[in-house]
Amino acid sequence: MDALLLQILNGLDKGSAYALIALGLTLIFGTLGVVNFAHGALFMIGAFCSVTLNKILNLSTVTLDATQKDFLGNPLKVKTPYVESWFGEAAGQSIIDWSVPLAIIFAIPVMLAIGVIMERGLIKHFYKRPHADQILVTFGLAIVLQEVVKAFFGANPIQTPAPDALDGVMDLGGAIGLQLSYPVWRITYFFFAMAVIGGVFAFLRFTTFGMVVRAGMADRETVGLLGINIDKKFTIMFGIAAAVAGLAGVMYTPINPPNYHWGMDFLVLSFVVVVVGGMGSLPGAVLAGFLLGILESFASTTWATTTIPGINQIIIYLVAIIILLVRPRGLMGRAGVMEE
Amino acid sequence: MTLKNTTRRGVLKGGALAGAGLAMPQILTAASHAGYTNAPQGADVTLGFNVPQSGPYADEGADELRAYELAVEHLNGGGDGGMMNTFKVSGGNSMLKGNGILGKEVKYVTGDTQTKSDAARASAKSMIEKDGAIMITGGSSSGVAIAVQGLCQEAGVIFMAGLTHSNDTTGKDKKANGFRHFFNGYMSAAALAPVLEKMYGADRTAYHLTADYTWGWTQQESIQAATEAKGWKTANNVLTPLATTDFSSYVAPVLNSGADILVLNHYGGNMINSLTSAVQFGLRDKQVNGKNFEIVVPLYSRLMARGAGENVKGIFGSTNWHWSLQDEGSKAFVKSFGTKYGFPPSQAAHTVYCQTMLYANACETAGTFNPCGVVEAMEGLEFDGLGNGPTTYRAADHQCFKDVLVVKGKENPTSEFDVLEVVEVTPRAQVEYAPDHPMFAGGDLGACNPGA
Amino acid sequence: MLNLNQRDTGTFLFVIIITVLAPFVMNPFPTESAMAQFNAGYPDLMQRFVIFGIFAIGFNILFGLTGYLSFGHAAFLGVGSYAAVWMFKLLSYNIIPALVLSVIIAGIFSLFIGFLCLRRSGIYFSILTLAFAQMSFAIAYSVLSNPKFNLTNGETGLQVYADDIQLFKVENLTTPHLFGVKMNSTYELTLGAWDFQFNVGYYVSAVVMILMFYVSIRIFRSPFGLMLRAVKTNQTRLNYTGLNTRPYTLAAFVISGMYAGLAGGLLASMDPLAGAERMQWTASGEVVLMTILGGAGTLLGPVLGAGFIKYFENILSKINDNVLHAWFQYLPEWLENSLVWVLHWFTGKGWHLTLGLLFMIIVIFLPGGLMDGANRIREAIRGRKAKKNAKTPAE
Repeated sequence: MDALLLQILNGLDKGSAYALIALGLTLIFGTLGVVNFAHGALFMIGAFCSVTLNKILNLSTVTLDATQKDFLGNPLKVKTPYVESWFGEAAGQSIIDWSVPLAIIFAIPVMLAIGVIMERGLIKHFYKRPHADQILVTFGLAIVLQEVVKAFFGANPIQTPAPDALDGVMDLGGAIGLQLSYPVWRITYFFFAMAVIGGVFAFLRFTTFGMVVRAGMADRETVGLLGINIDKKFTIMFGIAAAVAGLAGVMYTPINPPNYHWGMDFLVLSFVVVVVGGMGSLPGAVLAGFLLGILESFASTTWATTTIPGINQIIIYLVAIIILLVRPRGLMGRAGVMEE
Repeated sequence: MTLKNTTRRGVLKGGALAGAGLAMPQILTAASHAGYTNAPQGADVTLGFNVPQSGPYADEGADELRAYELAVEHLNGGGDGGMMNTFKVSGGNSMLKGNGILGKEVKYVTGDTQTKSDAARASAKSMIEKDGAIMITGGSSSGVAIAVQGLCQEAGVIFMAGLTHSNDTTGKDKKANGFRHFFNGYMSAAALAPVLEKMYGADRTAYHLTADYTWGWTQQESIQAATEAKGWKTANNVLTPLATTDFSSYVAPVLNSGADILVLNHYGGNMINSLTSAVQFGLRDKQVNGKNFEIVVPLYSRLMARGAGENVKGIFGSTNWHWSLQDEGSKAFVKSFGTKYGFPPSQAAHTVYCQTMLYANACETAGTFNPCGVVEAMEGLEFDGLGNGPTTYRAADHQCFKDVLVVKGKENPTSEFDVLEVVEVTPRAQVEYAPDHPMFAGGDLGACNPGA
Repeated sequence: MLNLNQRDTGTFLFVIIITVLAPFVMNPFPTESAMAQFNAGYPDLMQRFVIFGIFAIGFNILFGLTGYLSFGHAAFLGVGSYAAVWMFKLLSYNIIPALVLSVIIAGIFSLFIGFLCLRRSGIYFSILTLAFAQMSFAIAYSVLSNPKFNLTNGETGLQVYADDIQLFKVENLTTPHLFGVKMNSTYELTLGAWDFQFNVGYYVSAVVMILMFYVSIRIFRSPFGLMLRAVKTNQTRLNYTGLNTRPYTLAAFVISGMYAGLAGGLLASMDPLAGAERMQWTASGEVVLMTILGGAGTLLGPVLGAGFIKYFENILSKINDNVLHAWFQYLPEWLENSLVWVLHWFTGKGWHLTLGLLFMIIVIFLPGGLMDGANRIREAIRGRKAKKNAKTPAE
């Protein structure tokens, strides 16, 4: 029972990341009709926004301390972060401590800008080109983005810890007599993801902007004929999709130290999530994200891997294959989307 | 048009190209030249440094490359000489004089293994075929080391392994042309087990998470055997796919398994991620069976410890070498490396520097670059002053035997490099094993191959 | 000639001449000169040129003709390699049975996967192939490499050991050979400052590639090829005419899978080790890059693209900072350092960045790939000539 609940929880927090990435991806499908292979890279860049902010906050003045020695026997260089000298030591340290949540504020404008630039500078020119070309150019872009990040940040993962207050574990099962404790940050991540997903849905549901976008997803041509500048709206949607992926990345950094390869790691997976959910279906992407997260968690249990060896590695692909063969429009998609 | 038969590289033995060769004066045979692949012709000799420059171990690769550049500089008489000055062999000082190797200036080429067997072999082949490299060295993964070692055996050049820790490299996949200075899974286990027993007691139950490939298996097998010999029980061993990035679903069940020790047989990004997950799940703050829950990482690397940040504090593991060692060799190496690059060298940098020096010394001793001469000079070589105390290159399997360091994550690091502290230097006698030990059995060293 | 029209004969002869003379063509710079860095005329790279050429030619039969973008073809290459190495382990180092089995196994494997994947089209097809390939990779990488049932030897790669069965073992033949002629034997010719290497393995692969190139021309020009093009142009319309296109696309899929298997077998014959990484989806992505880079749907394009990418991978990645410094050492120091600083982002370990950028540029500006570029240049020259001719009388 405990183990079962634990794997469900685990699946939910894995699924949160999948759902967030897939949400943006399917948004781009639905609005722009573009297959974006660089979407995983956006998630990765979001994570590195968090790393960058952490580095910026840690910018330091260097003073030589003659009483201590470094590894070569020279006077030790003592670093004092600027934020500490500006705001006092205690305030400065807690700013650095909260760098990951702070990075959300930092990442939103950055990711929006990256998204808009990407759409205006590159993707726009590919609306009329075949899907294969879209895949290829964004694939190239993904390579370029990851190599640039590698050139700046190196290849090893970079640790970006969660704030102390949100580090550690929470006892969830004590009240009901179960042994069930779970990391606070992962629970935070789940709620954060729910908030972002809710925000995106509310935005599309309750604003005029969202209404136009939804209309555009349903029938782009007619909306255009009504004299609405749908292109501009779609550009902004691309920015929002990028921001959602970026935020997913920012908040994911304390769970796993980010490295430049994240984009490619999550790319295949996020496509599978989108396809399982149904191309262009937002609720489908969210549902499939959580579902695949939980499935993956269960497949990793000892019971599963001893029953079917290797199931933990192929479960995701297996599900994708079955869904695509049996029900190609996915769990909640419309039939015939992107089928040509 | 002048035709001249070169003495480098391959030879046509069969007759397939005889047709194509009709216009040419003669088909080369092995006897017609120096008798081994890529015999250096001019005033210089080329070494091939094959390190990961992309992929997950790129930072290790970069550090290895720095050490190689330093080694080449020292061999050619530049810089402060580093460990060349402290390097002693059984008869006295090493044969190195700072005038290159056998009087030839040392040049080098670099390649990218990408930490993929295929790419690593392609890169090594191009060094041998195109650049005329006489020796290949480097790498940061056992799979790659074994693959490249096999290639070098076929091609007839020497392979000086870089960072490779699987028992198989000098076990079932050992080759006459290949040499390993780095320690291995068995040695890690043999060194760690007594320390673990001392720290955590004999009545412990371990849960293993193991990277699902050759190194992971041999590492896990070794540490399980060594700890069980001390009275520990093994609750479970779970194999994790190498591509895993989120280990939470493997870590989550550990607490309810009844185990009170978690052994992470992971390296590189795997180790950073699994350790982060384990710490996140609060394992280290737990009490199981009335004892504190503990985590063990059998193979540590400083670069990775840094990646894991705060999480490594107080966690035990083993390492081949650490820059804080105070012997003359280590001090000299840290000084020249630190002066040149501004930070201390990693264990990967150390092992490849040593390998380069050892190779150069063997060439000097043998008086030739011929792989068979080098192998003969290297086998059974006793040396000292390279940072690990008295060391032997065992003839039976080309594995170095030396002291092993048991380390633990430092509680109060003074700098970003100061993440590990040496707990114990396990004497060499304690980690030695017979060449036909079951964990190493099944391989065949074969005969040295000088190539064409 | 050979039932080819004049233009195809020209292309075919061009390919034959280039591959036969490759050891010269690829080695334009004297061995000791600074430019020797750019020489590609050594056996390993030349072998890769033609082997990946075969892979890309095969891929092009599927993608170039039918428009089905597969992201899983590396799986067939990997299966071919494993089959070949198993033949070495069980029979002997002779490459003929190895190649035959690798083609057969890859054919069966692609028939199975193609049968399932081709039920969908467009992006769904791509993702299906991607999923199958990733699954094959995961299975080869760890599931089938456990000590109890070791079919692939996992991360280390499948290789031949001295104690393998080898039913028809021949003494002294411990590397792949063709009836006794070793693949790794090389004849070296020195002409003045130049070194040229003639490698048996290369010529064997080259002959295979030329044959495969010929087969591909015949497929392109056959009614079958025409049918495949019709699928690409408008499959719906074909379906409405009552024609079942599936057998045609499946045939194209299997043919291209067999090409991939053959390439995999040859790869193992040149270097008897099969690693699982060659099945990963990024490896499938690579053959897509090759085909697009060269020009999908053209005869020569994929071969060009394969050569291009392999050249970049092997030559550019070896240009490290030291080499750069050596090139620019005669410049003033500040200029040398700044040039090296700029270039080192793109060479050596930065070669992936260059590849990505180049690829983007090609997709954006030259949708038809390098062949498209060549045509445009040709046309531009012709155009200028035409203009000149038009102008001359006026003057």
